[in-house]
Amino acid sequence: MNIAVLLKQVPDTTAKITISGGKVDENSVSKWSMSPYDEYALESGLQMKEATGGNLIAITCGPERSKKMLTDAAAVGADTLIHISDDGVKDSTHVQRLLAAAIKKYEAQIILCGKQAADTNGGSTGPGVAEILDAACVTLVSEVSHIGDTFVTMRPSATGTEKVSLSGISVFAFDKGNTELRRPNVRGIMMAKKKVIESISAGDLGISLGDSSIIIDSQNPPPEKPAGQKFEGAEHVPTVVSKLRNEANVI
Amino acid sequence: MSFTIIAETNGDALHPTTYQLIGAASSVGSNSIVLCPNGNGASEAANINGVEKVISVVGDCFDIFDGGAWSNALNSVCEGKILISASPNGREIAARIAAKRGIPVVQDIVSITEGIKVERPIYSGKAVETVTISGDAVITLRPNAFEAAEKGGDATISTVNQSADIKISIQEAINKASERLDVTEADIIISGGRGMGAIENFSQLEDIADIVGAAVGASRAVVDEWGMPHRMQVGQTGKTVTPSLYIAVGISGAIQHLAGMRSSKYIVAINKDPDAPIFGVADYGIVATWEEAIPALKSALSEL
Repeated sequence: MNIAVLLKQVPDTTAKITISGGKVDENSVSKWSMSPYDEYALESGLQMKEATGGNLIAITCGPERSKKMLTDAAAVGADTLIHISDDGVKDSTHVQRLLAAAIKKYEAQIILCGKQAADTNGGSTGPGVAEILDAACVTLVSEVSHIGDTFVTMRPSATGTEKVSLSGISVFAFDKGNTELRRPNVRGIMMAKKKVIESISAGDLGISLGDSSIIIDSQNPPPEKPAGQKFEGAEHVPTVVSKLRNEANVI
Repeated sequence: MSFTIIAETNGDALHPTTYQLIGAASSVGSNSIVLCPNGNGASEAANINGVEKVISVVGDCFDIFDGGAWSNALNSVCEGKILISASPNGREIAARIAAKRGIPVVQDIVSITEGIKVERPIYSGKAVETVTISGDAVITLRPNAFEAAEKGGDATISTVNQSADIKISIQEAINKASERLDVTEADIIISGGRGMGAIENFSQLEDIADIVGAAVGASRAVVDEWGMPHRMQVGQTGKTVTPSLYIAVGISGAIQHLAGMRSSKYIVAINKDPDAPIFGVADYGIVATWEEAIPALKSALSEL
């Protein structure tokens, strides 16, 4: 079985985001990491690969720097590393088309990804890729098991959780779960350094991206809040409660 | 110009965010064509200001949630710019419809102005992005970020029978044991962090939550270290919340936590460390231990 895991490199969640000239300054990002939810997708892919002897294909669409993350994925066990250049990408639908084309090219039967990336926070990739592949998709999962070609997972529902099953080409978007993430060992890191990353472009995938009807005008720091009122000591709790009622009108 | 609105429903009724979707369309001078999956909430939608018409999209596929089937059925009556709630199901339908139509999707916007220009938080609120949308697009709106439309009006309701193949089957439904509100649904949230000392002390926060009808949240530290359920986690790798009132108790205010709650309307911080970063985003800060502040808060709220 070919298992594809879709990964994105993002500023580490501990990194400070600075703005320069109306754009997020990527050069000032102190550390780039695999998006946290993607790590859970990768871990699930590794477990599935171990259970079935499948081939785990790590795919990313991004700038050159994101190749480092593919090497990190190889250090814990990814077999095939695919880097799709993001040249010409203007919106998330473009990214999904490239990812879907790569998934078809490498003939993956199951596709795992994070529920959203820690930079754009969108959550479009999994369902969008599924749509292009005419595949089923279940979001907010934390574990996937399979019996033959039927996949079984749990997802949140309006009243709790539900166990769902699906077959055929399937996409799963992962939330943070209770699964322990594995760390690479020295041997894994050494082997990963030698692993070849296949670099492909939109043209190689036979995709012509075209224009988009959206344009990012600017990126800015979040609006500053006016300084709040600060009180020393628990004796001021009743004052704050009365302000919440009379000034803020929220209780 | 009209926007297509896909109604967010709650059983047979409309979810409050549907009023906000219609309100957002009206704020930029657009009428709303409201699509009600399986007809739920259709008569309610017909009586909201700014609604031009209501289309009940009826089919077996709406019996369970399968984003692929729902978007196939709904897409047949979508046109132009499409507004959907940025709920988990809403985001999934939005991404699918956009991919199907080959148009962009802009998720989780917090403002919309004529032109059409929208703003959306990125990096979990560490920055805000302004986007100009010149053509057709699917746009999801963050719940509670927009003025709700008022009741009024009398739009026509038509019914379209349109089902689609379901690819997901439900094996078993497990109902929640706890009746407590979810943090993403609550108007008031009280969250605890490592400063609460131990997981047992969260019962103190639950008492307060019961008095004011709040949800209980938690910081990443207590979810990871004390095993609180992840669904309670507020922050960059947890839930992003926008309640009217957020009360942070014993939470220092790591950048990842602030990312998940800084757009709350009012923030109260209770922390014994006067230099805790949480005070930087608090409207009302109280420098005290939780042991002193929580009983005082409980009695002050009970007296209201």
